[in-house]
Amino acid sequence: MKTLLAVLSVVGAIVVVWYLACIPMNIAGVLTAAERAGAEVSPPEARERRDMSGMALTLRNPTQIGPVWSQDRPRLPAPHQVVIELWDTTVNKKITSKRSLIYHSWITLSATLLGFAIGTGLGILLAVGIVQSRVMDMAVMPWAIVSQTIPIIALAPMIIVVLYSIGVQGLLPKAIISAYLSFFPVVVGMVKGLRSPDQMQMDLMRTYNATDGQRLWKLRLPASMPYLFASLKVGIAASLVGAIVGELPTGAVAGLGARLLAGSYYGQTVQIWSALFAAAIVAALLVALLGVIERALLRRMGQAA
Amino acid sequence: MIGVVSALAVWAGAMWLNMRLAARDTAFARAVVPVVFGVTILVMWELLVRGLQVSAVILPPPSAIAQTFAGNLPTLWADFQQTFLKGALGGYVIGCSAAFLTALAIDRSDFLRRGLLPVGNFVAALPIVGTAPILVMWFGFDWQSKAAVVVVMVYFPVLVNTVAGLSATDAMQRDLMHTYGASPAQSLIKLRLPAAMPFVFNGLKIATTLALIGAIVAEFFGSPIVGMGFRISTSVGSLDLAMVWAQIVVAALAGSLFYGAIALIESRVTFWHPAQRS
Repeated sequence: MKTLLAVLSVVGAIVVVWYLACIPMNIAGVLTAAERAGAEVSPPEARERRDMSGMALTLRNPTQIGPVWSQDRPRLPAPHQVVIELWDTTVNKKITSKRSLIYHSWITLSATLLGFAIGTGLGILLAVGIVQSRVMDMAVMPWAIVSQTIPIIALAPMIIVVLYSIGVQGLLPKAIISAYLSFFPVVVGMVKGLRSPDQMQMDLMRTYNATDGQRLWKLRLPASMPYLFASLKVGIAASLVGAIVGELPTGAVAGLGARLLAGSYYGQTVQIWSALFAAAIVAALLVALLGVIERALLRRMGQAA
Repeated sequence: MIGVVSALAVWAGAMWLNMRLAARDTAFARAVVPVVFGVTILVMWELLVRGLQVSAVILPPPSAIAQTFAGNLPTLWADFQQTFLKGALGGYVIGCSAAFLTALAIDRSDFLRRGLLPVGNFVAALPIVGTAPILVMWFGFDWQSKAAVVVVMVYFPVLVNTVAGLSATDAMQRDLMHTYGASPAQSLIKLRLPAAMPFVFNGLKIATTLALIGAIVAEFFGSPIVGMGFRISTSVGSLDLAMVWAQIVVAALAGSLFYGAIALIESRVTFWHPAQRS
């Protein structure tokens, strides 16, 4: 309860700061529009205004600040403009429409989920291999760790274009980038998890005369679940970023990344912000969904905290 | 065909060598096995690309990448300066110090900490690179906008980790400072800041990768005609893939060295921590 109150007041403070920030950010555009409409603005020369800061303009034209929250293409859209745009492009549009954010989110989400499934599957397999084989552990593990410090996303444009040139396009190239980004966090987390059973538990398995496979299936895999979910949450966020970035280099026409790119080309700031919030909502939903699955699964396995 | 066969032969040979090496668990083996593995991958890549005659616009062989790298050092250096030294490093320093100072500022207030921590955790999981087009619009095409993207990206992970670190001391330790009659400032400097350092460095290490990602991706939304992201997107456009790979090598080296540098500082600062002593 106390936490909820604190969170709400922090969020409230952010919204207030946001509304205030709109004034100096947007005042220049508002003054230009007001001048065209024939109003008196100070200073009257557009050239002089360009060299002045937003704060100074605001102080010299306090009567003109009304429209800063309702411009068409503001530098910083007000929160309610973003919310209205989000509402318009989700609830008020058919989901098959090219202008529906749900349509664009789905394009990105499908690539994210496919890539995440591939990356997670391969990651778990590699982790099992690393734990079961000493050679693989010593040869691959250092590279898996080093690869986490590399901005893999720099590969994204190349993957898209190369796959395009050999005839693969659409969902798969984006999914491959997503898979690649979620792969390494899962490997590293899963190896840690598979190694988490302590010596006592391993000894118990030995006294039961368990085979390697049984030890993996009955002890190591169940013990790794909390670690797996921790890295899945990192992985799915990375997958979403991968799918969005994967839409940038070829000028894709659909998807959240395409919305961002189109918005930035045409100066449609409200569209950029609403695409950004849509991406944030999708990410939050995915992480929350994983949290729910985690809790249900751990309870069924008798590990609930 | 010869290329493919020799690639398989190299693979088999290297596997055999690594199996032999891994059988004995020595420091030497631990260092050599990954190197052998890495070199094997490179050699196989080279042999397979040449043997199967893969077109250079799909996958250039490592030798071509090395040639491009060596032949374009001035370009690569200029791009590195623009993207890493100005964009990524500038933003990293600003973002991390801002996050650290914010954490210190909200440290005294339980209310703010309760409110900011969930919000920070939430924001840290969001696809923040998406703010790149907005920030490019605000701060122009040059490195300032890249630094701004990096600031936004590194701020929340560092903030969340620092706040968590500042509450990492246990009641016994705080009581001890209390019995010494230490002022809040003294107990902050002598107890809680040192205790927070492992957490802070955790955040700083996560932020190194984020900084490079932010600086490179932001350049996809507009940049002057220099920079790693710019070079990658234009070289992809002209199918000069060796150049793209050379940039990726630079990015990989920069990323690992940056991470390594922070890890080195960490081992100096938190020499007392169990993770550093083993």
